[in-house]
Amino acid sequence: MSANLYHDGVDILHGQRRLWSFHGGIHPPQHKHESTNLPVIRAKLPERLILPLHQHIGEPAEPIVQVGDKVLKGQMIGRAQEFLSAPVHASTSGTVVDIGDYAVPHPSGLNATCIVIEPDGEDRGLEHPRVGDYLQLAPSALRNLIRDAGIVGLGGAGFPSYIKLNPGKLDGIDTLILNGIECEPYITCDDMLMREYPREIIAGLRVMQHALQARVCVIAIEDNKPEAFRALHDAALHEAGIDVILCPTVYPQGGEKQLIRVITGKEVPANGLAIHIGIVCHNVATALAVHRAVQDGQPLVSRYVTVTGGGVSQPRNLDVAFGTPVRDLIIQCGGDPAAVKRLVMGGPMMGYALHSDAVPVIKTTNCIIAATEADIVPPRPVMPCIRCGACADACPVMLLPQQLYWYAHTNDLDKVQEYNLFDCIECGCCSYVCPSNIPLVQYYRYAKGAIWIKEREHEQADIARQRHEFRLDRLAREKAEREARRRLKKASLAKNQDNTPHTEEAVDND
Amino acid sequence: MLAAVLSLGVMSVVFGLLLGFAAVRFKVEGDPLVDKIDAILPQTQCGQCGYPGCRPYATAIASGAADINQCPPGGEAGILALADLLGRDPKPLNPENGQVKEKMVAAIDEPRCIGCTLCIQACPVDAILGAAKQMHTVIEQECTGCDLCVAPCPVDCISMVPIAQTIDSWRWPAPEKARIAGSYR
Repeated sequence: MSANLYHDGVDILHGQRRLWSFHGGIHPPQHKHESTNLPVIRAKLPERLILPLHQHIGEPAEPIVQVGDKVLKGQMIGRAQEFLSAPVHASTSGTVVDIGDYAVPHPSGLNATCIVIEPDGEDRGLEHPRVGDYLQLAPSALRNLIRDAGIVGLGGAGFPSYIKLNPGKLDGIDTLILNGIECEPYITCDDMLMREYPREIIAGLRVMQHALQARVCVIAIEDNKPEAFRALHDAALHEAGIDVILCPTVYPQGGEKQLIRVITGKEVPANGLAIHIGIVCHNVATALAVHRAVQDGQPLVSRYVTVTGGGVSQPRNLDVAFGTPVRDLIIQCGGDPAAVKRLVMGGPMMGYALHSDAVPVIKTTNCIIAATEADIVPPRPVMPCIRCGACADACPVMLLPQQLYWYAHTNDLDKVQEYNLFDCIECGCCSYVCPSNIPLVQYYRYAKGAIWIKEREHEQADIARQRHEFRLDRLAREKAEREARRRLKKASLAKNQDNTPHTEEAVDND
Repeated sequence: MLAAVLSLGVMSVVFGLLLGFAAVRFKVEGDPLVDKIDAILPQTQCGQCGYPGCRPYATAIASGAADINQCPPGGEAGILALADLLGRDPKPLNPENGQVKEKMVAAIDEPRCIGCTLCIQACPVDAILGAAKQMHTVIEQECTGCDLCVAPCPVDCISMVPIAQTIDSWRWPAPEKARIAGSYR
């Protein structure tokens, strides 16, 4: 441990709660110090903000503004219609100039619906009602407030936070974990946030604790962030029931299930959720967003983003308004967009390559890596699996990656599910250690998608079968009804015929 | 000798009764094999196999009247699944039945529709909505892409269009084509 961890001559790690460990994990080169040297500054507002309506897990928001509308900073421009969704807010004041399809950050490189705002440069905010004392609010009212502020998990997944702040039928959660691990290389946005806003993060944590009625709170930070740890430790010194914990650095400790294992020793069951074992995990940046929503009535309109890699001369963290194109950030950090060989959103382990530098920063964007030729390892030839088992040793979920690979690449989708493909968190440890350079995670992603497509086709086939059978039934019924009507008519005509024999001609004509 | 004949006789009567009871008690309605084959077929109801729908084709396969390689929408995966179920050798798709095509949906050029209802009558899954002399439209989610509505249209206003990919329906491709984000120094 570095000398930083000694505070006023006392070892502040003394008496820290016991930690467990998870299976496997790796220690890739950190590359974190590059982007922590410069202070965080606000990114310049671009000429046009592109705000995708789908910045989270779940259904996209529905636009509630029209082209030509004037909007204020923090004004809701996209409403969440479904349960699993989040609203979108204008990140500065200006005019809506277009609602249409634009390139969005997504591994597919496809376009999606976005609201484009031309800033008026005044950055005027909407007056939001402030919540005096959140403790007076019922947890459900607090959750609605957090939902309306558009807050989603800022660690990278973007799951709507208000759902994770609902304890459901449980009368309170045992442990609320605040995730300040940030285990992926290059990313430092949570580190900088923790250094600068420790008190606000803890205030947000208290709000979350109230919503969940959590018994204990734990803030977990990896030991490669001693400054952040000190800041939070000091801020929590006189707070009861908050443990700030330093964890030894290992990737992927920031994964929810891995972190729960490290902190509590408990295992989240397969196909289960952390909440089922009385634990809820939120990111530190989410806690800050919750604090701002509750204290200042501010919706989520900006975030810290790490801009790093060889393609920028001043790698640093920026406070970026959502909708700012990545290209603008690269220029602001002293990079030449034309010289960037590859752009990655997220970290090198779990991030994805961007197809264009025109895509905007969204709620889940934690890091932009602008890689030049020198950063990229030339692709090494993929060789056959030699069954060395290094991937199984590294897998934090204790899967058998080599078996999964075997069945995924032969398209044996039943077998790959038997080997618990859906427990894979796609952390990339297996690919990282593979001596044959097999892109293992790509196979698992592919297999998950293939299974999803197959299941959807099955569902659609079932519906088509039902509709077809219903149609056949209907046709048969209509035919029988026609038949019955004809018989009835014939019978009545025959009757008439008996009574009045001279109408024979009319019957023949029928 | 007599004891042996008697005991075997009694046993045969007992087992006979048991089997007879089981045959009545556990009688299976319909042919379970047809159901299993039908579950594999894509339910496009397009008739390219030469039968009027997926279930008639399944019945024909079960009775041995049809081969397993007559379903173009099911593709190679469908043939493999059928071969696996029936314990037969897989074979390539019979070209007489058509080619494997990308999945499409029908789209009506609505201004040109004259409201003749012919396509409604042709649709095997009731996926076209409309009434006589009123404009018709396709319920996209229910359309199986069977092509059967295209030919009857007297004004040729129905076309088959590929399903647009969105970021929600997109899935990672197989690794050969994938762009790999990892591997940094």
